[in-house]
Amino acid sequence: MHLTKEEEKIIDGEKGEVMERLFRLLVRLGDIYGADKMIPIGSVQVAGVSYKSIGDPGTEFLEDMASKNAKVKVLTYLNPAGMDLENWEKLGFPKDFAKNQLRIMKAFKKMGIVVTSTCTPYLAGNLPRFREHIAWSESSAVSFSNSVIGARTNREGGPSALAAAICGVTPNYGLHLWEKRQPTVQIDVSADLSFNSDFGALGYFVGKQVKNKIPYFKGIKSANTDQLKALGAAMAASGAVALYHVEGLTPEADLVENKGLEKISIGKKEIKDTYEKLNSGKNPDIVIFGCPHASLREISALADRLNGKHLKKPVWICTSRMVKEAAERMGYNEIITKAGGSIVADTCMVVSPIEQMGYKTTGVNSGKAANYLPGFCKQEVCFANIDDLVEGQL
Amino acid sequence: MKGRTISPGKAKGKAIVSTEPIGFYGGIDIKTGIVIEKGHPLEGKSVKDKILVFPCGKGSTVGSYVIYGIKKNGVAPAGIINKETETIVATGVILAGIACVDQVDIEKIKDGDNIFLDADNGEVKIS
Repeated sequence: MHLTKEEEKIIDGEKGEVMERLFRLLVRLGDIYGADKMIPIGSVQVAGVSYKSIGDPGTEFLEDMASKNAKVKVLTYLNPAGMDLENWEKLGFPKDFAKNQLRIMKAFKKMGIVVTSTCTPYLAGNLPRFREHIAWSESSAVSFSNSVIGARTNREGGPSALAAAICGVTPNYGLHLWEKRQPTVQIDVSADLSFNSDFGALGYFVGKQVKNKIPYFKGIKSANTDQLKALGAAMAASGAVALYHVEGLTPEADLVENKGLEKISIGKKEIKDTYEKLNSGKNPDIVIFGCPHASLREISALADRLNGKHLKKPVWICTSRMVKEAAERMGYNEIITKAGGSIVADTCMVVSPIEQMGYKTTGVNSGKAANYLPGFCKQEVCFANIDDLVEGQL
Repeated sequence: MKGRTISPGKAKGKAIVSTEPIGFYGGIDIKTGIVIEKGHPLEGKSVKDKILVFPCGKGSTVGSYVIYGIKKNGVAPAGIINKETETIVATGVILAGIACVDQVDIEKIKDGDNIFLDADNGEVKIS
């Protein structure tokens, strides 16, 4: 890998121990994956924020970086934390957990990272442009930025994203290169998709099938950004899909080479079977929306369904702090809270300790959440569309 | 067998082989090193001190910290062999200092095989 004179100085330790250690990690990754050089990046999104995910080892790693005065060079956002950073006590998050979570946030802030905590940075003020090189790590945010926006990022690990933020560069390989963004499998969709959960089911099915390939979808007639968010998130969770193209909908679909690909067909039956497969429980104790974090449109949809109703069992909707503010102004939060629901910011069901809060069965409309909740939160899952889930809690 | 060095080091141990990809976040318990993903071929098994063999990583990018964490907690595999190591696993093993090699024909490795992994030279020996 070609390094500039400036970059060699970093390797030689002239810019301090932290820069040397992190830059070496980037060079090592660049060498493994055949990068020719480092490229400047426009923004970063760092995963590995919840205390539940990174534990003491990750917390100590971050505090060590912060104490050595590591500072980020580009706009850097964070993945969801393990709790609502303002409302945690009221929502019942454990105190000792909160103490550790706040330690982590303090370390990030000291490094100059914007303490945002969302898996949808593109809805909260960190929006890359088409073809911009970035280093993002949350798997659904990577999928969205690559596929729906056409920005360019590999699936960064938490530490490699942090290294990129502090060094301001990333190795030039993989999805930063046009030839590596070409589709490797064609998905023919004949099923009708209407609810966001249908897109989650489709994504879950495809991710399982294609693992880390680049799918090219045909037959999806229309999809808004919430539905593409649901599709990409599920594919990145059940598989390792970092980029997909949808004919007629995503910006690179008309530019890539899509001839002669292996084909997979998905009809009504595959979607129905996936719904069944993802349902391991009945009668949820709690229903949680907002995986990935809800957009204003999704919060408005929930408010519509809860207007004037009384919930018997809890309903949460997770979102970023910024979108929560907008929903507050529109009165959506008031409607949802009056019905007995909660708007939860900064965190989500996957990274928060819901199993310690007494919940055993969770209802979700997200293919990604349905994928993670059984293993990581020891939950039985009810996977359904928003109408059925809300109906069941009334 | 000859592969590509992802993270240097030498390791010896019994192979634990997964035909399915592994997502470390939500897939492996950070305190015990036991596979917790429901329905995974290795569910309930510990990766501690083993040579962990699987085709590629999958799922959340927090996986790197989980790999770093299981090493710090003393429950990490002695070495990792992949068909293709993606960045999440690569970052984790480099940071944790776990020997790792990829681009190896992993179908030739059986569960319980005694493996000598020389990641410095990208070599895998089955005895």
